[in-house]
Amino acid sequence: MQQYSIFSLARNALSGHQNWSRAWRSPPLKERYDVIIIGAGGHGLATAYYLAKNHGITNVAVLERGWLGGGNIARNTVTIRSNYMRDESIPFYVKSVKLYEGLTRELNYNLMYSKRSMIDVVQTYPKLREIKRRMFNGDLHGSVYERINVDELRRRIPPLTGGGPDSRLPIIAGMVHPSAAVCRHDAVAWSYARAADDRGVEIHQNTEVMKLLRDANSGRISGVETSRGNIYADKVAVVVSGHTTSITDTIDLKLPIKSFNLTAFVSEPVKPIIDVVVNCPDIGVYLSQSDKGELVIGGAPDAGQSFRRDIKQHVFEDSVCSLLELFPAFKRLKLMRQWGGTLDIAHDATPIVSQTDIQGLYVSAGWWGGFKAVPAGGYTLAHLIAKNEPHQLAAPFTLDRFKRLDFILEAGTTTVT
Amino acid sequence: MLKISCPFCGPRNEVEFAHGGPLKDRRPENASPLEDQAWIEYLTVPQNPLGPVQERWWHVRGCGSWFTITRDTRSHDIIDNGNKS
Repeated sequence: MQQYSIFSLARNALSGHQNWSRAWRSPPLKERYDVIIIGAGGHGLATAYYLAKNHGITNVAVLERGWLGGGNIARNTVTIRSNYMRDESIPFYVKSVKLYEGLTRELNYNLMYSKRSMIDVVQTYPKLREIKRRMFNGDLHGSVYERINVDELRRRIPPLTGGGPDSRLPIIAGMVHPSAAVCRHDAVAWSYARAADDRGVEIHQNTEVMKLLRDANSGRISGVETSRGNIYADKVAVVVSGHTTSITDTIDLKLPIKSFNLTAFVSEPVKPIIDVVVNCPDIGVYLSQSDKGELVIGGAPDAGQSFRRDIKQHVFEDSVCSLLELFPAFKRLKLMRQWGGTLDIAHDATPIVSQTDIQGLYVSAGWWGGFKAVPAGGYTLAHLIAKNEPHQLAAPFTLDRFKRLDFILEAGTTTVT
Repeated sequence: MLKISCPFCGPRNEVEFAHGGPLKDRRPENASPLEDQAWIEYLTVPQNPLGPVQERWWHVRGCGSWFTITRDTRSHDIIDNGNKS
């Protein structure tokens, strides 16, 4: 793998940047692999990398129906944090945050990782009680979440001038999660892809999986039928987020998952004005400012299941109205781009990292906000695929919990809802 | 903005409604003869198709009716608006 550094940059500048090697290959498709990963998104590519790096499993094909990293890894609002509610979840996200911290160095790729802190702007007492409960749980598992008063909150977020005593919902308190960070989401996909490819993993774009294939005798998974022919493997992992059930439906595997559309938008780049990730759970909007200066803003998911990945005007307007309630100065901001992504949520709003009733078939789904989970999601899924035993951090996330009706209720800690 | 036909009020903008989730199967009359698997599926597995889904809506900012429509999850076309007439 060509090392990126100031020296390679200088050397290549001298030759007009004509000699950079390709970040990943497009090799010919083979008929059989040890492992097929469906989905070249954040989780899929991270899984491929850790399979190769941690487990020495390199005869792996990552199949992507579109272009590499064109799914939710391209569409998220880049918040990395671990302030969840449940004992089962927090350690997993703490690990993911930790992996992100070292990722630029590990993958030799500038992820533009920037530790920011996240501040919740609390405007109702029920929300404050809920967040305080998460604060105490976080304490037990090494995820810091600390209360600040309104003066300190305003000091840290200068453009937050709304929410005063005469407003509809005056701000009551703030809650700070210092380990929250942002980074360049495309770089996450590209860096994992490059590092996985370097270790022998094959990435195949424009290769759509039409259905899963099972062995007629044993019923175990035997491979996939794709737009480029059948490909066989003893281990197949479905890592496609929103479209998970579309793939598992092809063999009548029932999963407790629903898919919704979540939209986001960015403003024109402006000078640095907010250096934290701001979350306003009572009015349904959250934002941060990228290193390029754009304000990245998101709100609540659309009502009703959807795969359309576009913007509904009234949802967009609702988010903007909420934003302006607390940030009236942003009335003058020009908003540049809006988009949607398909998020899947499990019955209890906790992710699924699991083997299935079909031998050789693995599923990683239900992330409902999986960007922060990409490193740990890939790390634990790779472990599960390699050893057929869940990694300790993701052991609570198997499908077994549904068989025991032992739900891990995480609603309220994922996206705004 | 979906235009949803409330059976009582007629076509209204979606912001007047609350989404009630995909339509569930009828609750089994008698749970005990059911296999665990069937009961767990009834409780936790929803319709999630890439295409028409039957779903419940509640006219919460209107008359309060509950009704079922069939809507395509790709195009958002309402195929069957669930109104009797």
